[in-house]
Amino acid sequence: MLLLENVAQSYGPKAVLKDIQFTLKPGQIGCLLGPSGCGKTTALRLVAGFEQLSAGAIYIDGQTVARPGFSLPPEQRRVGLVFQDYALFPHLSVAANVDFGLSHLPRRDRDYRVHEMLELVGLEAEAKAWPHQLSGGQQQRVALARALAPRPRLLLLDEPFSNLDVELREKLSLEVRDILKHEAITALLVTHDQHEAFAVADVVGVMNQGLIQQWDTPYRLYHEPANRFVADFVGQGVLLTGEVLNEHQVEIELGVLEGHLPTQCNAEKIEPECLNCERGCRVEVLIRPDDIIHDDSSLLMAEIERKAFRGAEFLYTLRLPSGARVLALVPSHHNHAIGERIGITLGVDHVVAFTA
Amino acid sequence: MIPVLSPWLLALPIALITVLPVAVVAAHLLHPDPALWAHLSEHVLPELLVNTAWLLAGVGAGVTLLGVSLAWLTAACEFPGRRFFTWALLLPLALPAYVTGFVWLGLLDFTGPLATWLREVWGIQTPPPIRSRAGVIVVMALALYPYVYLTARAAFLGQGRRLMEAAQSLGQSRWSGFWRVALPMARPGIVAGLLLALMETLADFGTVSVFNYNTFTTAIYKAWFSLFSLPAAAQLASILIGFVFLAAVLESAMRARRSYAASTRTAQAARIRLGGWRAGLALGWTGAVFLLAFVIPMGQIGLWAAAAFEQDFDARYLDFAWHSLLLSGLGALLVTALALALAYSQRLHPTPALRATVRLGALGYALPGAVLAVGVFIPVAWADNWLIDAFHLDGQVLAGTLLVMLLAYCARFMAVGFGPLESGLARITRSVDEAARILGVTGWRRLTRVHLPMLRVSLFTALALTFVDIMKELPITLMTRPFGWDTLAVRVFEMTAEGEWERAALPAAAIALAGLLPVYLLIRHSDREKTL
Repeated sequence: MLLLENVAQSYGPKAVLKDIQFTLKPGQIGCLLGPSGCGKTTALRLVAGFEQLSAGAIYIDGQTVARPGFSLPPEQRRVGLVFQDYALFPHLSVAANVDFGLSHLPRRDRDYRVHEMLELVGLEAEAKAWPHQLSGGQQQRVALARALAPRPRLLLLDEPFSNLDVELREKLSLEVRDILKHEAITALLVTHDQHEAFAVADVVGVMNQGLIQQWDTPYRLYHEPANRFVADFVGQGVLLTGEVLNEHQVEIELGVLEGHLPTQCNAEKIEPECLNCERGCRVEVLIRPDDIIHDDSSLLMAEIERKAFRGAEFLYTLRLPSGARVLALVPSHHNHAIGERIGITLGVDHVVAFTA
Repeated sequence: MIPVLSPWLLALPIALITVLPVAVVAAHLLHPDPALWAHLSEHVLPELLVNTAWLLAGVGAGVTLLGVSLAWLTAACEFPGRRFFTWALLLPLALPAYVTGFVWLGLLDFTGPLATWLREVWGIQTPPPIRSRAGVIVVMALALYPYVYLTARAAFLGQGRRLMEAAQSLGQSRWSGFWRVALPMARPGIVAGLLLALMETLADFGTVSVFNYNTFTTAIYKAWFSLFSLPAAAQLASILIGFVFLAAVLESAMRARRSYAASTRTAQAARIRLGGWRAGLALGWTGAVFLLAFVIPMGQIGLWAAAAFEQDFDARYLDFAWHSLLLSGLGALLVTALALALAYSQRLHPTPALRATVRLGALGYALPGAVLAVGVFIPVAWADNWLIDAFHLDGQVLAGTLLVMLLAYCARFMAVGFGPLESGLARITRSVDEAARILGVTGWRRLTRVHLPMLRVSLFTALALTFVDIMKELPITLMTRPFGWDTLAVRVFEMTAEGEWERAALPAAAIALAGLLPVYLLIRHSDREKTL
C-alpha cells in the first residue's frame, strides 16, 4: 500500500533522512516514533508531497508518487493529512470544513458524505458550529473527518494528539484507532510520544538521526530492542555489566540470566565470536523496571535511593551492593522509606545484551 | 501558486511605484546643480535647517513628555476617569495636525473667540502669540503625541508585574521603580513612537504652511508653484530624503529591539491607586491634554462649520466631497489591491530577494508627500515628453491626470495597506495552505475560498486606513491634481491660507468625521489585544 524505498533527503549539506525504508500493508497503521529533529516529520511530509526527496522512491498503491526529480503534487496523491494544529478553516463551519475537499462530487453525495463522516467521529450535533467553538478534542475529530471525507488511499497524521491534555490524549488515541480500523484505513502516524505510538499503531519505526533504527511491533520494540538507542528511547531501564557464561547464560550482579540470549547479531549486539568465546566476555544487559520483582524472602538486598509515587505503584531507584543502580516497579502498598533495604529477585523473560 | 503570474512579475512593478520616485529624487542629492546649490545654500537652506531643527527638537520633546506621562498614568495608575481617558487620548489621531493648527490659530486670532474672551473678560490685551515657532511646536505635539502614547503604553503593559515586584522586593518604591526599571525598559518602545512622530513632523506640510513656518516641505512647494523650478524642488526634496532615511533606519533598528524587549505576556501589575491631590493632578493633566488636543478643536470646528453652513454650503461642496470620495475610494482600492499582491507574492515565495523587494515597495510611508509628488512628477514629465515626440501630440498626456495622483498615493500609502494585510496573512498558518492543497484546492480557488475570506477583517482595515489617509493628504493632492480639481483637504488649505477659519471648518469637519473611523478601528483592535 505504502512503500518507501531507500528514501533520502537533505537541506543543503545537512542530511535529514539518510536511508528510510518501510512498507505498510493495506489497513495497517504505522507510526514513526522518535525525538524531535530525527526526521520523522520530514518523512511524513515527503509522503504527503510537501517536500522533495533527493534519493529513493515512494510508492502508494503501486503508483510512483516520488523519485528524484519527480514529485506528484499533493493534491493528486489522494492522501489525507491531519495536521498537528488541525489547520481547520476558521471561516467555515464544521460541516463546510468536512465538505471542503468534496467539490468534485454532486451536491447530494457531498451532503451525504459530510453527514456520514460527522457521524463516524460523533459530531453530528456540531455540524453548524464554528471551529473556535469546539474543544481541542472535537477540533481534532473534525480534522480527522475532513481528511477522511474524500476517501484518501492513505491517511497521514502529524503529531495528532500533541495539542491535547494528557488524559484526553489516551482516550482519543484509542478512539482514532477504532475509527481507522473500522474503516480499514491505511495510516501513517508521526509522534514523539511512545504511549501514543503504542496505543494507535500496529507497527512502529523508531527513528534517530535520519535513520529507522528498528521497524517492529510495539511489543518487540520494548522487549527486544535492536540497539542501545531503541532500548533507551522506548521504555525505562538501565544497563548492567555482565559476563557471558555460555551461549545461553549471562551472569550479572543479580544472578545468572538464562534462555533468550539473542541469536541474530548486528554491530551493537553480541558478536557471534563473543557468544562462542570463553566465559569472561563482558556485555551489558538491559534491565527493565518490570524485570525486578520485590520479594521480601529474597537474599538479594538493595538499598532504596529514590522513590517516585505513580499511583498504582512506586518506581524505586535501587542501589546494588556494587554501587550499580536499577529501577523497580513495586505495587504501591509496599511503601518503603528511602535508605531502607529491600529484597529483590530477577524476573527477566527477554534477555537483551549489548557488547560493553 | 497563482498560475501565469510569477511572484516577481507581480512584486517588482509594484515596488517600482515607490522606488522610482525615491531614486529620481535621491539622484539629485548625488548630482547637485552647482549654481542652484549655491543659491539654495546661501538664501534658503540656513533658514530651513534652523527651522527644521527647532521643530524636530521641540515636537520631539513635546510628544515624549505628553506621550510617556499619559501612557504611564493610564497603564500603571488608577484614578477617576482612567478607563475613559485610556481610549479617549487616542482620539486626536482623527484630526489632521493642520486642522488642529488652524483651529488654534483662529481661536487666538485678534478677532478670534478665545482672544476676544481673554480681552473682554480678563483684560488680557495680548493673547499667547500662537503664530510663532512655539505655537507650531505646541500644536504639532498635541496632534502627534498619540504615536508615543501608543507605543509607550504597549511597552509599559508588556512589562508585566514581575520586574516591578522584583524592584520592590529589592527595596525600591513604585515611584523609583518607574525611573529605574519601567522607564528604561520601555525606552525602545518610546523611541520607536518618537521616531514615527518625528517622521510625521518632517513630512508635515499643512500645519507649517498654515503657520507660515518655512520648512523643507513648504520650500519644495514654493519652489515648484511660485518659482516654477522643478530642479530646485527636487534638490530640496533630496535633502529631506536624507533626513527621512536617517529616521527610518533608526526606527527599524528600534523596532527590532522593541520586539526583543516584548517578552511573553505576564500578569499585569496591580495599578497604583492615586488618591486625593494626586488623583486630581492626574485627572487635570490628562483632561487638559484631551481638552486641548481634541475637545476644543473638534468642538470649535463644529461651531464654525454650523455657522458657515448656511452661506457657504452649495453645489461646489458636493464637488469637493465627490472628488475626495472618488480619490480616496479609488486610491484605497488600488493601494489595497497592490498591497495584497505584494503581501501574497511574499507569502508564496518567501525568498530573501523577494522579501527585500516587497519591503522597498512598502517604504513610501516614511516619505513626505511633497517629496513623492516631485519624484512622481519628474518621470511623468519625461514620459510625456517622450510621448509628445513619438506621436507628435499637442500637449501633455499624463501630467495633471488622476492617474499620476493615484500613483503618488500608492507610493505614499502602500505601507498603510500592506501592514494589516501582511499581519493578516501571517496569522494564516502554513498548515492551512497545505490543508487546502491536499484537499485539492489550489491557486486562485485557494485565494478565493480560503485566503480572502480569512482576510476579510484585514482587507477592511487596509481599505479604511488608506481611505482616510488619502482624504487627509495635502501636498500630493495640491501638487499633482488636475487643474481646478479641488478636494475637501485642498479647500481647507485654501481657506486657511486666507484666514477664513469658519469656511475652512466646513470641509475640515467632514475630514475629521472620516478620521474617526480608523481611530475607532485602532481602539477596537487594541481593546482585543488587551493593550488598552
